Amino acid sequence: MDLSYGSEYDAFREEVKSFVRSNKHKQPQLGDGIKSQAMRDWQRLLIEHGYHSRTIAREYGGYGAEPDIIKSRIIAEEFGAERVHRGFNGQGVTMLTPVLLEMGTEEQKKAFVEPTIKAEMIWCQGYSEPGAGSDLASLTTKAELDGEEWVINGQKIWTSTAHHADWIFCLVRTEADAPKHLGISFLLFRMDTPGIEIRPLVDMTGDANFNEVFFTDVRVPKHQIVGQRGQGWQVANAILGHERGSLATPDAAMNRLNGVKRLMREESINGEPVMSNAVFRDRLMKLEGRALAMQYNDMRLLSAKINKNQNVRLAGMIVKLIGTELRHEIECLGIDVMGEIGLSYGNNPHKRGHGSWQYQYMFYLGLIIGGGTSQIQKNIISERGLGMPKEPKIPSKTAVPKTAAREA
Amino acid sequence: MEFGLSQDQLLLDDSVRKFLASEVPLDKVRQLAAGEVNDASFWQGLADMGLAGLIIPEAHGGADLGMLDAVAIAEALGYAACPGPFLSTAIMSAYLLNQAGATDPLARMATGEYRVGVAFGDVIGSRKGQVTEINSALSGQSLFALDADADAYLVALSDGRVFMIEASEVGRSILSTIDVTQSVCELSFDQSPACLVSSNPELVWQTIYRGRVIQAADTLGAAQYMLDQAVAYSLDRKQFNRVIGSFQAVKHMCAEMASQLEPCRAFAWYAGHAFDESTDDAALTACHAKAHLAEVGQFVAKTSTEVHGGMGFTDLVGLHYWFKRIGFNRQLLGSPEAVRHEAAQLSDL
Repeated sequence: MDLSYGSEYDAFREEVKSFVRSNKHKQPQLGDGIKSQAMRDWQRLLIEHGYHSRTIAREYGGYGAEPDIIKSRIIAEEFGAERVHRGFNGQGVTMLTPVLLEMGTEEQKKAFVEPTIKAEMIWCQGYSEPGAGSDLASLTTKAELDGEEWVINGQKIWTSTAHHADWIFCLVRTEADAPKHLGISFLLFRMDTPGIEIRPLVDMTGDANFNEVFFTDVRVPKHQIVGQRGQGWQVANAILGHERGSLATPDAAMNRLNGVKRLMREESINGEPVMSNAVFRDRLMKLEGRALAMQYNDMRLLSAKINKNQNVRLAGMIVKLIGTELRHEIECLGIDVMGEIGLSYGNNPHKRGHGSWQYQYMFYLGLIIGGGTSQIQKNIISERGLGMPKEPKIPSKTAVPKTAAREA
Repeated sequence: MEFGLSQDQLLLDDSVRKFLASEVPLDKVRQLAAGEVNDASFWQGLADMGLAGLIIPEAHGGADLGMLDAVAIAEALGYAACPGPFLSTAIMSAYLLNQAGATDPLARMATGEYRVGVAFGDVIGSRKGQVTEINSALSGQSLFALDADADAYLVALSDGRVFMIEASEVGRSILSTIDVTQSVCELSFDQSPACLVSSNPELVWQTIYRGRVIQAADTLGAAQYMLDQAVAYSLDRKQFNRVIGSFQAVKHMCAEMASQLEPCRAFAWYAGHAFDESTDDAALTACHAKAHLAEVGQFVAKTSTEVHGGMGFTDLVGLHYWFKRIGFNRQLLGSPEAVRHEAAQLSDL
């Protein structure tokens, strides 16, 4: 066990620290949108210094450094410590770029990677459909080849940033007769193509964090496909795996837990600080124990990534499930600490932390469901982590026997 | 950066697990429960492997290893529900005596021939009576002293002083608990001559924290065993013409156990490592690890038993030995609520 990053990294840490100190006044402010000049300038500055898109080759607009997990970690730690903006990390940056670098043509890499990482080209993700959620591979949005163009018809849902996006990366069914996982293709197209309609989807937080997107005879050039026809499912799975772990980082959970501690010191019931209430303190300590377990689990995952000498498959698989549930409960404690004040929302002058406790409490319920529900996570953990069998398939074209229906 | 067990630690872990698999099968635990053997037979085998002297300095015949090594071993012992006084004599007493400079007994402890139990009830939270001292003679009683077969005991008074007393000088009665694999007793003192070992209350607490980390690791191992058994049983047992492990209800129970338990492994490692490196958060981490593993352990113990259905409730599969070991670890050296209260105090909350 050696938790130091080694003295060879001390100079690098100092370098990051000094960058953060002398440049943090340039970071985008609350209210600067993802398409603002402030965001683009910040993004450019970060890439220039290797604090964003660090390992992406220079020819594609990145910084071109060799992968070094420890350096990436140090950057995250130092930006986190000063609460400085990490740069724009939309779905184009985090999910599409790795896929293009892995599976895109040279032409696609040249055309899309640089503007995407520089926040000049904003993307949205077209995966889920009203009838294809947990069972994503059953998606029915159809693309048919007509000469040199795909003609797309169908509907997507849960499309975040669709209203800001310039482009969409989208899963569509191109092979009508193939088995469901082999009939999907991964297309890229502009969001201002005729035939696309976007409707905001207001959620329980009161915001429209997502949209519905409708396609009617949307015509897309034939070559705007990543991978081969019918390979879209493999492409999509590569990035879904990337999405899951990043939805619930232990550092963020620990930050929020420290926020609850501050609330418990500041808030009082009949003049008694909430912190001196044994019941609340026990809930706090219970959550802290759970958060610590996730924090050390994360260090183990980092170590395994660096040293490649531990099997951490199970330790990695559980992060989304446990992390999102933990975060939801931390937000819940923050609300309970405030009692009726915890109900404050919208323009209520008594609200604390800009109303973030109720907002995050609801938002994390969304994340428990999104990106693979908790129940889907449990299927994955039991099947791939513990070696338990898949649910037997009910034959679709024959009558379902009564007993099987009852058991299911 | 390396977060995990070293090659040496993995080798040690492997040899201990192999020994336990062949020498401490469930049948031997049953023999202990039936009173046909005592735990000395288990302990000598472990001592011969060097586990009794694990953290004792080489100068006194020990292996001079650290708490992370001890965590790995405790996990293996918990997995086997192995009887014997590893927690009390090999960790708590060995640590305290060495730190206090009372090193005479260490050499005989390292060979396994001399066992020193711990009676720390007055410090952790006495439920009945207190031990008093006048002129190095102890009076009163101490409940739930660890190790009913020890040759001597370290008795902590409420002021944090620690006395050592030979078993022959005290009245001792075995206290029957749910767990047959870890023994406790009631000690009664009547102006019994004892020897002052330490006047430093902090040393008692440092000893308790180390004990708690070992308990956390022991519970981790016991819970891992129960999870493994649940998965194996679910893949064997058939109902409605299917193995029950193919039903989502059962799969999700197993996934929930695994999800809560797996992060505890890294947690227990860090808790051991924190003492080896004397980090500022060592005591706090020990309390959190003990309390958190108590909760996760309880969940796994209940859920694994349920996966086994009626069989889990019987003596036939013997799962209850692990269920009870987890229950024992939960209360001894501080229940979860009590330990979390201490954690809050350590954080100045």
